[in-house]
Amino acid sequence: MAPVPPAEPASASATPPTPPWWRDRRVIPWVVQAVVGLLVLLLIAFLLGNLVRNLTAAGLLLSWRWLQQPAGFDISESVIPFNAQLPYWRALAAGLVNTIRAVLVSLVGATLLGTLVGMASFSHNGLLRRLARVYVEVVRNIPLLLQLVFWYFVVFLTLPNGVAAIQLPGVVLAKSGLYIAGLGEGLRWVGPTLVNGVWQSPLRLSVEFGALLTGLIVYSGAFIAEVVRGGIAAVPKGQWEAASSLGLSWFATLRRIVLPQSLRVIVPGLNTQYISLAKNSSLAVAVGYTDLYSVAETTLNQTGRAVEVILVLLAAYLTLDLLISALMNGLNRLVQIRER
Amino acid sequence: MYRNRTRSLVACLLATGLLAGCAGEDGGVQSQKLSTITGRDKLICGVEGKLPGFSFVAPDGKYLGLDVDVCKAVAAAVLGDPEKVEYRDLNSSERFAALASGEVDLLSRNTTMTLSRDAPGGNGLSFAPTTFYDGQGVLVPVASGIKDLKGLAGKPICVESGTTTELNLADRMREQNIPYTPLKFQTSDQTFAAYLGDRCVAVTSDRSQLAGKRTSFPDPDEHVLLPVVMSKEPLTPATTNGDPAWADAVRWIVYGLMQAEESGITQANVDAKLAEAKANTNQADLRRFLGVEGDFGKQLGLPPDFVVKAVKAVGNYGEIFDRNVGPASPLKLDRGLNRQWKEGGLIYSPPFR
Repeated sequence: MAPVPPAEPASASATPPTPPWWRDRRVIPWVVQAVVGLLVLLLIAFLLGNLVRNLTAAGLLLSWRWLQQPAGFDISESVIPFNAQLPYWRALAAGLVNTIRAVLVSLVGATLLGTLVGMASFSHNGLLRRLARVYVEVVRNIPLLLQLVFWYFVVFLTLPNGVAAIQLPGVVLAKSGLYIAGLGEGLRWVGPTLVNGVWQSPLRLSVEFGALLTGLIVYSGAFIAEVVRGGIAAVPKGQWEAASSLGLSWFATLRRIVLPQSLRVIVPGLNTQYISLAKNSSLAVAVGYTDLYSVAETTLNQTGRAVEVILVLLAAYLTLDLLISALMNGLNRLVQIRER
Repeated sequence: MYRNRTRSLVACLLATGLLAGCAGEDGGVQSQKLSTITGRDKLICGVEGKLPGFSFVAPDGKYLGLDVDVCKAVAAAVLGDPEKVEYRDLNSSERFAALASGEVDLLSRNTTMTLSRDAPGGNGLSFAPTTFYDGQGVLVPVASGIKDLKGLAGKPICVESGTTTELNLADRMREQNIPYTPLKFQTSDQTFAAYLGDRCVAVTSDRSQLAGKRTSFPDPDEHVLLPVVMSKEPLTPATTNGDPAWADAVRWIVYGLMQAEESGITQANVDAKLAEAKANTNQADLRRFLGVEGDFGKQLGLPPDFVVKAVKAVGNYGEIFDRNVGPASPLKLDRGLNRQWKEGGLIYSPPFR
């Protein structure tokens, strides 16, 4: 056995020897990031190349001329005027407006419902508390599509029609839609009237819209209720006790003390729920509501421009969700604790 | 197919000394799709799946219908067994994407042939011969008292989205200046559920589809087809533009079913006819058609007796029609336009030669 060479004297005071570059802590992160970045770029290049190659082979390279061609189909309800002679982009726009309309209304409805149910989970009334739990557990464990189909086919399509319709002052609910009194011709107040067995009124909501709204509100409401419950539970118990020692009622405590403090926990969670709601609205086609997805589907079938139509859809939903997200992030900044 | 290729490869190797080169098989058949299907030993066929008479699942779990029989005939001709088919239910919005992506080999799903669906700049399909000449109709409840399109003014009409039906409806109503509300659903089940739920006063679709669906209504006699025919709807099996050899094979298998009816060859007598053709060398037409002589099968990349196999599996076109949608079936449809050309119909096979 060869004699062991004496160990080199440890240079404790001297600077440590510079490691080779592949062990340099300043270099490694750059290398790793470059490699990952390169892989991502290669993947994107491969996918794009694949798309272009196959589309070229099929003679379907991206083209947007079809947007200007007349759509040729009708839309059952549209906020902006539409008819079959107008081009495809107008049809898509009408669909987008319908989507936004459904999202906005159900967003407000779901927030109200969710907040109430979330608050009810802290009620002193045991029945109310348990009802809130049952609602949340039942609704959030059933697929939304199933719920929409239930609301439409089981609830709304079994409503009576014509004379037998449900009539309240100024409001009539029939199978053909919800008729609401409003300002008619000559700024006169006009209620729903029955003309030749068909209800007519200044304001009319279709049952398809109604079923979609009900479905989205009830479904998203359950998730928002949980977010609100979490937010309220996050407020220290001492706040409740302090408020009740001041003689504030349960509701006043919640409204003036607890809810404002819980907002900073609730808002980020709410953002997620709003985004899901906007995306879930694309299930509208199941209940015959003509939203963006429904129009895009018909467009895709008539033009055969699958990639372009899907790109339009992606861009529209992405923009909608980013907008919601931006608004909610702004709100989030408002309710955060300000450092003083 | 695989065996054929091996054989031709061997032939090629043997012949290399004599010939300059061997470009492909000597039938000229180069079909990716055909080799895929034979390799997998199964045909994947896209069907509607819920349409009585055309494609639906019988209580015993088997697919039945005119569209299904086309799938079976193709499977029998290509693979020798009509049961070697995997069915995929496709709704009207999914069908073209499923075909284009290769998820299904053949679309036999009451699909109307149109220019934009055929054109390479449109959907880029390749259509086989039309198996059912149909027209768009309107179904209304008898109790509604509606007699024509004018009666539908201002009323909601149920329609399946993404169909030619939707466009024809818009065109016809615009022509006659009749206001209406189209209620669009993604599947035919939803469309008819909404109609039966009284949400619409009418439902519009191909007349054969309306007749088929009506048989599954709780009270079929309470609903009546309006006498209007709003469009031409040639329902046609389709493949993609990408594989012309496969499209040709499907085309001639379907023509084979039609020619079989014209030549009086049925499921029952096909064996006898084959024996007759083999025995009698003077029956040149029959011998070529049944693959006793000539190389029609080989030219298409199919077995020589592909017509015999197809007819033995499902019968000729007339038998398929009668069994699934004819007067004896629950649909009770007339042959109408779907008669043989000799009887004044549109069913016409080009000559097998």
